[in-house]
Amino acid sequence: MTSRERVLGWVAGLGLTAGFVMAFGVAPREATQGNVQRIMYLHVPAILVAYLAFGVVLVASVIYLWGRAAGADRLAHASAEVGVVFTSINIATGAIWGKPTWGTWWTWDARLTSVSIMFVIYLAYLLLRAMIEDRERAARFAAVLGIVAALDIPLVHFSVYWWRTLHQPATLLRPGSTPMDPPFVLALIVNLVAFVLLYGYFVAKRVRLLRQEQEVLA
Amino acid sequence: MRPKFVVGGAVIAAALAYMIYAGVTQSAVYFVTPAELRAAAVAGKAYRLGGMVQPGSLRWEPRALDLSFTLGDGTATVPVRHKGTPPDLFGEGRGAVVEGTWSADGYFRASLILAKHSEEYKAPHGPSQAGYKELIRTLKGDGR
Repeated sequence: MTSRERVLGWVAGLGLTAGFVMAFGVAPREATQGNVQRIMYLHVPAILVAYLAFGVVLVASVIYLWGRAAGADRLAHASAEVGVVFTSINIATGAIWGKPTWGTWWTWDARLTSVSIMFVIYLAYLLLRAMIEDRERAARFAAVLGIVAALDIPLVHFSVYWWRTLHQPATLLRPGSTPMDPPFVLALIVNLVAFVLLYGYFVAKRVRLLRQEQEVLA
Repeated sequence: MRPKFVVGGAVIAAALAYMIYAGVTQSAVYFVTPAELRAAAVAGKAYRLGGMVQPGSLRWEPRALDLSFTLGDGTATVPVRHKGTPPDLFGEGRGAVVEGTWSADGYFRASLILAKHSEEYKAPHGPSQAGYKELIRTLKGDGR
């Protein structure tokens, strides 16, 4: 572990601790939902960081196809892995929240369907990488899929506007001001920053491991 | 190609195909509104109906687990009956989506009640509120 990674890890840990305190201590109990609303501090940062992760996959894939830089390919690979982890956190917390709030763990509305399609597409992306032996070929195919797969990101986010859904519309990333009281927004932002740091930590670690793996195999 | 990749690929392809199928058939129009149901209601056909629980329409018989209310969308209303308990967030003046069938007797027989949540988040008001003010008070030491 490099010292830079260690620092990032500690800062992410501090951020998560601060986020925990914000979510359970500082943010008030929501008026209609009660305490179950606090799941939001995991659920929302998880999906926003997944968007970020898959956005990084898109950009890194374009850069890879442009100049065949091995570093860009490793970044795309690592970012996709971490994005899948955060998407699964988002889906699991959503189900836990949905049961008491909506009355169901799962329903096939456009938001839930598009998120699960996104999840499976990036699983397929990782599988594609793993099944092609030739590294250069795997990187090229994965880069194409990494670009195409990004089409689903806006579909997930705007699904609640384009179709009738059970899922409520966006609270933060939306046109106009947010219908959320300031203490909630603050707690959410602290958790979001912590999650972004955690994402950076995971990706830095994975990129280094992938590089070392490739050096050993070369 | 190793068999585990073939199996994994097949599972992923099947999952994607199913989700796209479920998405196209169910999500494009996740629910119909009361006005749409009124316009072309077929008795015995399964629908998902979404609307606002009309204030004053909610009847709840806890012993018999009989729930009845009216869903409206501003232009039309549909009476709904259900046997069972509603989710916590279900209530008058709030959105709900119900799954069930249209009965020939002129009401909607719901088998599942889903509460629709709004994107609003409000801090509770009044002295009983738990949260940052209480926390600051305890930190200062002049509380409990």
